[in-house]
Amino acid sequence: MAIREKVFNTIISCFKRHGAENIDTPVFELKETLTGKYGEDSKLIYDLKDQGGELLSLRYDLTVPFARYLAMNKVTNIKRYHIAKVYRRDNPAMTRGRYREFYQCDFDIAGQYDPMIPDAECLKIVHEILSELELGDFRIKVNDRRILDGMFAVCGVPDDKFRTICSTVDKLDKMSWEDVRSEMVKEKGLSEEAADQIGQYVSLQGGMDLAERLLQDAKMSQSKQACAGLTDMKQLFSYLQLFQVTDKASAEKVRTTETQVMVASAQKNLLEERLRLTAELWNAGIKAEVMYKKNPKLLSQLQHCEDSGIPLVAILGEQELKDGVVKLRTVHSREEVRFSYTASLSV
Amino acid sequence: MINLGMASLRLCAGLAGRWSGFCARSLRTLSGMTVSQIDEEVAKLLQLKAQLGGDEGRHQFTLKTAKGTRDYNPKQMAIREKVFNTIISCFKRHGAENIDTPVFELKETLTGKYGEDSKLIYDLKDQGGELLSLRYDLTVPFARYLAMNKVTNIKRYHIAKVYRRDNPAMTRGRYREFYQCDFDIAGQYDPMIPDAECLKIVHEILSELELGDFRIKVNDRRILDGMFAVCGVPDDKFRTICSTVDKLDKMSWEDVRSEMVKEKGLSEEAADQIGQYVSLQGGMDLAERLLQDAKMSQSKQACAGLTDMKQLFSYLQLFQVTDKVVFDLSLARGLDYYTGVIYEAILTQTGPVPVAAAQNGAGEKAEEGVSVGSVAGGGRYDGLVGMFDPKGRKVPCVGVSIGIERVFSIMEQKAEASAEKVRTTETQVMVASAQKNLLEERLRLTAELWNAGIKAEVMYKKNPKLLSQLQHCEDSGIPLVAILGEQELKDGVVKLRTVHSREEIDVSRAELVEEIKRRTSDI
Repeated sequence: MAIREKVFNTIISCFKRHGAENIDTPVFELKETLTGKYGEDSKLIYDLKDQGGELLSLRYDLTVPFARYLAMNKVTNIKRYHIAKVYRRDNPAMTRGRYREFYQCDFDIAGQYDPMIPDAECLKIVHEILSELELGDFRIKVNDRRILDGMFAVCGVPDDKFRTICSTVDKLDKMSWEDVRSEMVKEKGLSEEAADQIGQYVSLQGGMDLAERLLQDAKMSQSKQACAGLTDMKQLFSYLQLFQVTDKASAEKVRTTETQVMVASAQKNLLEERLRLTAELWNAGIKAEVMYKKNPKLLSQLQHCEDSGIPLVAILGEQELKDGVVKLRTVHSREEVRFSYTASLSV
Repeated sequence: MINLGMASLRLCAGLAGRWSGFCARSLRTLSGMTVSQIDEEVAKLLQLKAQLGGDEGRHQFTLKTAKGTRDYNPKQMAIREKVFNTIISCFKRHGAENIDTPVFELKETLTGKYGEDSKLIYDLKDQGGELLSLRYDLTVPFARYLAMNKVTNIKRYHIAKVYRRDNPAMTRGRYREFYQCDFDIAGQYDPMIPDAECLKIVHEILSELELGDFRIKVNDRRILDGMFAVCGVPDDKFRTICSTVDKLDKMSWEDVRSEMVKEKGLSEEAADQIGQYVSLQGGMDLAERLLQDAKMSQSKQACAGLTDMKQLFSYLQLFQVTDKVVFDLSLARGLDYYTGVIYEAILTQTGPVPVAAAQNGAGEKAEEGVSVGSVAGGGRYDGLVGMFDPKGRKVPCVGVSIGIERVFSIMEQKAEASAEKVRTTETQVMVASAQKNLLEERLRLTAELWNAGIKAEVMYKKNPKLLSQLQHCEDSGIPLVAILGEQELKDGVVKLRTVHSREEIDVSRAELVEEIKRRTSDI
């Protein structure tokens, strides 16, 4: 309980920091309120015995009660959090060790607003909470239903298979692509061609750059839905940048180093200069790396920065060396500034 | 007419499930209609229903919470949070630990613990697994927890909702889902010290909540039983006479006496003897007097209770709470599992009480009638844990339950009556813009504030009007607003405005976080 209290305090103070209100709802709802909301999972709902009154069921989540609260009280705008227990009659054979009574901790923003700002705040909140709880490194994966549906459409998935293909794709975090592909083709009856096309897309991860690339993609851009989703995704990432959470909000690799600068070269035969600069950075206490290659391609060096999460790259080039400058590039934004060699250290 | 016909139809179905002579007769008595007349009316109704389209197509959705339950809106939650904080900090001050138990127990765990009230328990449907019921209070789960975990000593608090299928006709306005707030000390200790601490805690909580003046009545099961014995109450009538005596806070002595004699079959003589005792109130002096009382002193039980009562008062004196505590011989409470001291706290200034507030589950470890002004109750119950333990090992317990729903009601009323607004958020700063196209700057500044641990909000609009943003501050009670403007951005400053006074100063961007922290620590 003491641990639980600490965790709740951290989470609740984050919610409050963002101006959220708190509500509470009863542990049971009218059975009809919950009917038809959970699809196949409905069989996991705890019903109360018919003791001559209304038919009741224990709440299965906090979202349906929230929607009922909004409709009942005619609320059009609210930012609320709700921490409470929910109840599911999980079949022990299938889900060993799962509790039937467990806490959910929900934060929701309801209302009509300018697009993507509240969505970005939700992600900012997840970022803050996971950081403050000190559970270790984490990643927040984002996607969009419209992008998914658009992708399925341009890959040739029949409309009536969208949802079922979707739930198969969802298994990629647990199954290999081969198994997922196999399920799509053998169990769900998808054409091999469509499956392969999907395969090309679902392996993609990135940040705003990926969204931009897909908007240019010949196939994807055919789908209006996907384009709307991608445009919003770009907008989302721009807000996430302002909120300073893009480090976790793409699907980049876990940072295992704290390197601040990559020392790179744009042309051949610049290893000496690279090594010299790298040593200077180290001497100044700056965390720097250099590639163990005499003539690495600039692209590979940049790719390494992206993979490792290194935020800056100092690029040496023949012309720049003659001019006595270094190009300092911010990796995620691609912005470049020229600095005189000596001044670059202080930057 | 039609409604009556339908009601009669339902009653008949309940009685016999089919039209029978007997059924028809009782129907006619009820409504003056014959069976065929009823058939006719029902047929008409069914036709009407068919015309309206029935409910096969459009599913008629009932938008409501279950009967006897309610949502808590943000204002109510804000009040609730304050009350809990006060109560919990008191429990913690006394070194209590916190536990939690599931909302439902095995049906068999709750069976046989609540006497007649058992019919008020919510059962879960038999869906092929264990038979379950929603918890009726927090005391039985506590006893189950102690026995299950073989705990012999614990000082614990537990705040959670409990469930009772109160019959609406009998107890109008009572909630079926409501909070209980329990504090209990389990374990073998020197007598009366933990009992005294429970009373000290009640005193602290009620004082800190500022609900007005209060009294804590104390009595003892052994004194009551001893009193009944020496007054000539037959053993088998103890409990039932007890529950009648308990009504003295709601009924006059005449009515109580009448119930004892006419309904419960007590001799008038015994009733009168009881009458002489139950009017007595006092402190340690009363306990002393009764120990000298010719009749009372004949009961060993009563003497034990009275001796402990004196001990209790001596500790209460040390705890400095005797100003509000009264030894009251009329205090009975639903006594299913109390074995020693019992107590109940009431507010002395009760105005018109909202009916829902009359229910508080106050203390009741097996509640029966609750007096309207009651805000807390409890007592010693040494035999309960033993009922759960397979070897019958006893763990003595004493505890108190705060009538938290009643407290909520009172606080909600106070909030409404006072001019002061109840804030539903704790936001310290609104980040606003005076001109268009400043969303980026707003979002950036807001993130800076959040990262510095400051509670901040920003409007989800690219180009909101300054007035709307200021209005939101007024509505929500946000004390400060940081206003970004084009000129100010060029100058590297932010305008910091105090909402209620409208005073504004320019603060450099670099110093803004510090300035806000300084100001919000003052507020």
